[in-house]
Amino acid sequence: MPQQQRTYEVMFIVRPDLPEEETDRVISTVESNATTAGITVKNVERMGKRRLAYKVRKFQDGLYVLLTVEGPGSALAELERRLRVTEPVIKYISVRIDEEQKRLAKVKKIRDSKVRQRPQTAETAAGSEPAPATA
Amino acid sequence: MADEEKKEVTTSSEAPSATPAAPAATTPAAHAGPGPRPYGRGPGGPGRRPGGPGGRPGGRGEGGPRKFFRRKKVCKFCVEKIDSINYKDVRLLGQFVAERGKIVPRRLTGVCTPHQRRLTAAIKQARNIALLPFAARY
Repeated sequence: MPQQQRTYEVMFIVRPDLPEEETDRVISTVESNATTAGITVKNVERMGKRRLAYKVRKFQDGLYVLLTVEGPGSALAELERRLRVTEPVIKYISVRIDEEQKRLAKVKKIRDSKVRQRPQTAETAAGSEPAPATA
Repeated sequence: MADEEKKEVTTSSEAPSATPAAPAATTPAAHAGPGPRPYGRGPGGPGRRPGGPGGRPGGRGEGGPRKFFRRKKVCKFCVEKIDSINYKDVRLLGQFVAERGKIVPRRLTGVCTPHQRRLTAAIKQARNIALLPFAARY
């Protein structure tokens, strides 16, 4: 049985006291780890330095990075394992987003169809008067 | 004129004939015990105060035992049509987190149950990645 391709969001925090090029290297190694694990990286977003809500490994701040990836769950587990052993990454979270995206698309579609319906019903109810205004 | 009056008379005569029918229907229901709901809509449930018109919850507030006015709480997500409750949206989630970092209950915020469920999940994810505190420092 082929493994399903799923979309995930992986957010991780890099320790803030590294120099710029060092953090770049950390992010690129995470990306390459992902690709070797069998995950395609779709988007990389640096969210910048943020104050942490609580101390993590005695750090008050952190550099947030957000990856949008696609791949099977087993590959994501491998990526998580690598993140765990990557020393400069102090925290990470991976969230599956494909179902949520599907739900949002559905909601949006329903809402759009309702918006389209509403003017039509208003026209039919009011009669011929608003029809020239719209046309 | 005369026709109109006649019409009124006929309608008024119809109305009383309808009202005695309703209590007649309620009396057997009252004997039965649990089951006055389908019948008791018009003349109120037996043993209830006559002040409540129809016994409908969330009426105009008149006749209820509560004297002070309370604004009806509405779900922010339903009203503003916020579809996605994401763990990254700290400003949104922060509105539903108390000072000490607790999730504010639904009864205080008025958020509807499906949205509160999503909200809770999002807040917990945000806590996990240190966007929100588990417990704020005093």
